Amino acid sequence: MFAYIIRRTLYAIPILIGVNLLTFSLFFVVNSPDDMARMHLGMKRVTPESIDKWKQERGYDKPLLYNASAEGIEKVSDTIFFDKSLRLFVFDFGSADDGRDIGFDISQRMWASLAIALPVFIVGILVNITFAMLLAFFRATYIDIWGVVLCVILMSISSLFYIIGGQFLVGKLLHLVPISGYDTGVSAIKFLVLPVIIGVIGGIGAGSRWYRTIFLEEINKDYVRTARAKGLSEIRVLFKHVLKNAMIPILTGVVVVIPLLFMGSLITESFFGIPGLGSYTIDAIQNQDFAIVRAMVFLGSVLYIIGLILTDISYTMVDPRVRLE
Amino acid sequence: MSDQDQPLLRITGLKTWFGDPAHPVRVVDDISFDIFKGETFALLGESGCGKSMTALSMMQLVPSPAGKIVAGEVHLKSQDLLQLSERQMRTVRGKHMSMIFQEPMTSLNPVLTIGEQIAEVLRLHSSDNEASIQAQVIDALNAVGIPDPQQRLQDYPHQLSGGMKQRVMIAIALAAKPELLIADEPTTALDVTIQAQVMDLLRKRQNNLGMAMLLITHDLGIVADRVDRLAVMYAGELVEQASREEFFNNAAHPYSRKLFAALPNLGKREQSLETIKGNVPALDTEFKACRFADRCDRAWGLCHTEKPQWHKLADGHQVLCHLYAHDVTQVKIDNIVSLKEKTDKTIKSSKNESMPVYNHVLMQAKGLKVHFPIRKGLFRRISNYVYAVDNIDLELRKGRTLALVGESGCGKTTAGKALLQLIRPTAGRVSYLDNELTEIKGKALQRLRAHFQIIFQDPYASLNPRMMVGDILEEGMQAQNIGSHTTERQQRIDKLLEQVGLPVTAKYRYPHEFSGGQRQRISIARALAVEPDILICDEPTSALDVSVQAQTLNLLKDLQDRLGLSYLFITHNISVVEYLAHEIAVMYLGRIVEQGPVESVLSEPQHPYTQALLSAVPVIDKEHSREVIKLEGELPSPINPPEGCHFHPRCPQVKDECKQIYPEVTQIDSEHQVRCHLY
Repeated sequence: MFAYIIRRTLYAIPILIGVNLLTFSLFFVVNSPDDMARMHLGMKRVTPESIDKWKQERGYDKPLLYNASAEGIEKVSDTIFFDKSLRLFVFDFGSADDGRDIGFDISQRMWASLAIALPVFIVGILVNITFAMLLAFFRATYIDIWGVVLCVILMSISSLFYIIGGQFLVGKLLHLVPISGYDTGVSAIKFLVLPVIIGVIGGIGAGSRWYRTIFLEEINKDYVRTARAKGLSEIRVLFKHVLKNAMIPILTGVVVVIPLLFMGSLITESFFGIPGLGSYTIDAIQNQDFAIVRAMVFLGSVLYIIGLILTDISYTMVDPRVRLE
Repeated sequence: MSDQDQPLLRITGLKTWFGDPAHPVRVVDDISFDIFKGETFALLGESGCGKSMTALSMMQLVPSPAGKIVAGEVHLKSQDLLQLSERQMRTVRGKHMSMIFQEPMTSLNPVLTIGEQIAEVLRLHSSDNEASIQAQVIDALNAVGIPDPQQRLQDYPHQLSGGMKQRVMIAIALAAKPELLIADEPTTALDVTIQAQVMDLLRKRQNNLGMAMLLITHDLGIVADRVDRLAVMYAGELVEQASREEFFNNAAHPYSRKLFAALPNLGKREQSLETIKGNVPALDTEFKACRFADRCDRAWGLCHTEKPQWHKLADGHQVLCHLYAHDVTQVKIDNIVSLKEKTDKTIKSSKNESMPVYNHVLMQAKGLKVHFPIRKGLFRRISNYVYAVDNIDLELRKGRTLALVGESGCGKTTAGKALLQLIRPTAGRVSYLDNELTEIKGKALQRLRAHFQIIFQDPYASLNPRMMVGDILEEGMQAQNIGSHTTERQQRIDKLLEQVGLPVTAKYRYPHEFSGGQRQRISIARALAVEPDILICDEPTSALDVSVQAQTLNLLKDLQDRLGLSYLFITHNISVVEYLAHEIAVMYLGRIVEQGPVESVLSEPQHPYTQALLSAVPVIDKEHSREVIKLEGELPSPINPPEGCHFHPRCPQVKDECKQIYPEVTQIDSEHQVRCHLY
């Protein structure tokens, strides 16, 4: 198992190099520093001098990959690729257009993201499993049929509707919680309740329907018949025999997103004014701050790879047949 | 009333229907039988006849809401189970009546330890404390012959072999000491040597607990060996009930007789096997006459117009057939005479055909080895090998059938694939005529593939479900450039379908529209499409019912006579070997332990393994019954095969020498050879 994790981590290195090269070519070759400067300074009345000055301030005036005019090792190291892309490997993200250190901002903002994403994730899974289990228990009855119809309705509605509708109903009409905003410490809770509830509701449709399918597939397996032939009650069969087996496919889809919870949610955070990484990314895109976007793309890839490794490890915990070699 | 007269279980008029109540599928249609205390009662029939549904109806585990018990009574002692509520029924299941299933691989929960799965039953049906329950679990594992039960408690099902899993299933079913055990095809998924172990275990436990058993099976051999009384089931109803002796001496119903006639064996080599024409009728119609009438050779007027009644033939022997009504005795005799004539004719006609005798070798394997590397550690270094096929020699002659026989996991399928270069052998040579196949690659090998084809075990999984039958047949021809244009190929497809006994219109249909036997015909047609000389048949009939198996074997034999095909027949079914093969090679753990002409190997087996394998096959013919040589344990792992002779840990005649040196070939006569230190 230990050897397996090490090998998987080693496999992650070429993947990350690939991701890095890809983002580098997207951000500096497809979209050259000159384009960036022009976009950033505004299209009108841009002089070549101001572009050069903009580039110089940010270190974009260097050659991309190879600096012929430099000496010795600097021929390679005094380039944009070395400065901007290779540094991502040590999580040195450089500074944003406004001069703030990106790494510091991320470390500050990710906790706000996590404060929403984690409760949505945990409560969401519990609610979805419970609801799906209920539908599986009443399978092929009207409760099941209408439950599935409800799921389809819930998943057909845009998440924006839940956000705006929830803010209007709970925040504006009932005045139960503030419509948006954020605070630190315990007082953050009143700002978090609404986005968490909305996040959970928005996920019920797709999640429950998927889990219901998994449960029903397990219920038709031979070992369930064995369990019933023992004289077990349907509830015991579902909770002791079916649930544990169904956790195997459920985990595949779930564990992989755990590390990505740090990244937050783009839409929810912007609508509720939560200063997390989601709104950070949205703001950066709006402000054409390429350094931040590049940092977030790279971070997302790293977290995704961690998620995949975690998924494999979690298999060994629920499925005794899986041994990682 | 004493215990003896009162049946333990009495089923009367049981009906279980499926689907739409307006057009029900009558899966179980008016069934009645009794089971007495301590006896073994068998329900015999082919797949889809409703045996398992009868059992599930007794347990009230019919898949709902699709299926429903619509009528009948199931009395366990004095209690009608169908009147019980679900909550009351739960106290019966597992406690008074329990069940084991066909597939031990899937019938255990893969994520719970076997100890827990047994303890669960005890906790449910007794109020004993945890310490006592754990002790009982160990006793239960001991009783089913699982070594070191203390260590095994924490094992998960995947850590056990198939036979061990079925033992655990038996331990679960018997944990609460039920009065009745329902065993639904308990050994169908197991090898013959393991089957013998499991059936012995069931009989032993049955005697210890004084329990009755309902044995559901399609295997006449098992019935002949183990049961007291039996009932034959066909299309949802019982057609005959008898004691074992009565049934095997005097099977009365035409369907029962057909089942016997369809069985392949040595005595039938020169003739084609009896088949049952047509298919089992669809169960969604209400039957107004005999269900078997359309397929019956002896049917007469009344059979097509009126439902038959039960007729008593002897004590405890009754049959549901018009032939046995008193006023039609004459018809019955006429029928029997005509049947006898017909059989004589078949024998004569097939003997008259003079079959050309070929003797030249088509394909030859020398020192064939297939080793699969096992990689371990950080750098995936090869730490060991699975010795799947380890140095075997085979010869396939023109127009002959070589049977490769062995238990599952012995490497016989791998050997077949290695011959065809579907898996590249690790070492050794495979020649086809003058071509050394192991050295031929790419296009050249592809062209040669037209000469050797393979038919797989599972006709359900080996045909592409998205392709029409015509396209499946044409694909191979296109790849081999057979037939210059579409019309020519289409003509050939028509001829192929005709050859395997399918209508020409079959080419416009998809595989799922055909039954298992028909699909295997399509597989055979697919293999024949490229005009091969050699067919490798990998267990082609093991997924099929006896009557369908007979059709497939007849077809294969017929094709061999007409086209001079050579077969490598990979199988574990000895009676098929007896019927079809000319030569036989017995494989054990990657090596061939005995080979030779089928007559001499089967009549005078030399290797202790061959002897045990043959003796473990249940025989119907009681006069020729053999002493069963019991093999202890199971096939060892091909990763670390035992030192010396691989068979020595299970061999009843083991000597010191066997533990050190792998035996050399001994020639018994010019063609029969064996690898054993006894010779």
